[in-house]
Amino acid sequence: MTKLIDRRMGFFLIALFIAVVAIPVGNLAIEGKPVASYVVQLSGKYLCYALLAVALDLVWGYCGILSLGHGAFFALGGYAMGMHLMREIGTRGVYGDPVLPDFMVFLSYEQLPWFWLGFDQFWFAALMCMLVPGALAFVFGWFAFRSRVSGVYLSIITQAMTYALMLSFFRNEMGFGGNNGLTDFKDVLGFDLQSDATRAGLFIASAVALVAGLMIAKAIALSQLGKVLIGIRDAESRTRFLGYRVEGYKLFVFVVSAMMAGVAGALYTPQVGIINPGEFSPANSIEIVIWVALGGRGTLVGAAIGAIFVALAKTLLTGWIPEMWLFALGGLFVFVTLFMPRGVLGVIEESWAKLRRTEPVKEVTP
Amino acid sequence: MTAQLYLDGVERSFDGFKAITGLSLHVRKGELRAIIGPNGAGKTTMMDIITGKTRPDKGEVFWNEKVDLTKTDEAGSARLGIGRKFQKPTVIESLSVEDNIGLALKTDRSVFATLFARQTPAHADRITELLHLVRLADERARPSADLSHGQKQWLEIGMLLAQEPELLLVDEPAAGMTDDETMRTAELLRDLAGTHTVIVVEHDMEFVRALNCKVTVLHQGRVLAEGSIDHVSANPEVVEVYLGR
Repeated sequence: MTKLIDRRMGFFLIALFIAVVAIPVGNLAIEGKPVASYVVQLSGKYLCYALLAVALDLVWGYCGILSLGHGAFFALGGYAMGMHLMREIGTRGVYGDPVLPDFMVFLSYEQLPWFWLGFDQFWFAALMCMLVPGALAFVFGWFAFRSRVSGVYLSIITQAMTYALMLSFFRNEMGFGGNNGLTDFKDVLGFDLQSDATRAGLFIASAVALVAGLMIAKAIALSQLGKVLIGIRDAESRTRFLGYRVEGYKLFVFVVSAMMAGVAGALYTPQVGIINPGEFSPANSIEIVIWVALGGRGTLVGAAIGAIFVALAKTLLTGWIPEMWLFALGGLFVFVTLFMPRGVLGVIEESWAKLRRTEPVKEVTP
Repeated sequence: MTAQLYLDGVERSFDGFKAITGLSLHVRKGELRAIIGPNGAGKTTMMDIITGKTRPDKGEVFWNEKVDLTKTDEAGSARLGIGRKFQKPTVIESLSVEDNIGLALKTDRSVFATLFARQTPAHADRITELLHLVRLADERARPSADLSHGQKQWLEIGMLLAQEPELLLVDEPAAGMTDDETMRTAELLRDLAGTHTVIVVEHDMEFVRALNCKVTVLHQGRVLAEGSIDHVSANPEVVEVYLGR
């Protein structure tokens, strides 16, 4: 237990706890709302990104699998939740059909497609937002890892995977709302999605999911399996010759990571109010890699910090000078790669260690 | 005479290049065998075939007369009891010396068994024992990336022993070692023979002489000569292709 929450994790959890208390209280309980409602919504979104970054760090930082398609698992989780929220709308839609979502009525569907069945139940949707990304990761990983596709080749096919999914989800015939995606949600579990209390609840739920994700990832990293993963990352053939079936290990961690990304997506959809095929865009998946690299690969906490930091910078910069955002992001990535190979967390910890080492010396010199 | 490792008429080519051309090799249980040969003689391909990394185009490879090694993979051969040491010392750099040995210990290798595995005192004792054997007891908690080249060689040998293999395939163990370390390695391999089967691939003739065992000379993917080191060094063909350079 003490190992699970080391110093770095401890600091992060304390900061997160303060935010989880302060933001909803500032929004709901204090007169004059010192914390605006959109801040709650944005913070919740950042925490979903942080969970997504932790998921990617588990496969990339610990097992060396550079997935450039993690956005796909996130989007699938988001769609699973979006489908439930669509069915929750019921007769309150523009066309007032009790069963069919608006876009289906518009496209003159006779009945609900089979893959929409069951999504009227919350528990079913919650299950699917993990099972669907997990199943995709299993099938994809099964073929890729067994054929020993690795390195840049694997990165390229993961990128192709998310691109292919984006193109398919753009098609109206797929039955997921085409390029408009799923939107116009009303409520979740009976709570109005527009109300401040529901937003605060979703924010807290995101924080809980992030902590759970961090703990699961950390427990995996600390286990004997975590050491095998590091063995695969550092010396794959050595690990094979030690008797470990590398493909099984890669598959396990890839599936766990995809499920985690799916949960992040499921929490994201109700908070932003829309899920559309743009979430599958290859650029999104690449951005996740930037978060992790920036925060510090293989640190879990660093990945979460990197995601929150970049997302915050994006919100601020796109507000001030929208056309500069992509340059800033690219520049940031180049800077971090060149000067901070261990990421922001690495820099902080190195300077902290240096500070502590030089302290006694300071006492001696007058 | 039964062979623990039996290769017969093995052939393997890569894009038309014949790396192995009708190789036959029989190694008895508990034997110490040195394999020498010039570059490109097929030594590495032979080890790849034995460990299931490469499949032969033709020929038979059997383990303990029953198991067909052409149908296994690297992990499978390791689980059967074949341990392999690479030419370039390969350890898991970001793990500590102790964890490297810990990963190699003979335990259940399935995904879920490792996920829930607990370190037992028996494991810790076994690690200590192995670290003493390879003289790395003082480096226990250090990241293995910090070790010297020679120490990494020893660590890899320690990992090999942790697997408790029946057969050790050792590729140029003396590379990068000091004379003293080389002699200690030879001594260790001689000690291991008998309880283990040991196959050593080596370039260093001094080292092969120190092993004092049967020598197989490979050339162009097949066996050129076999016998004691004095016997093979007296063979004019061997002198021409290998020793006479």
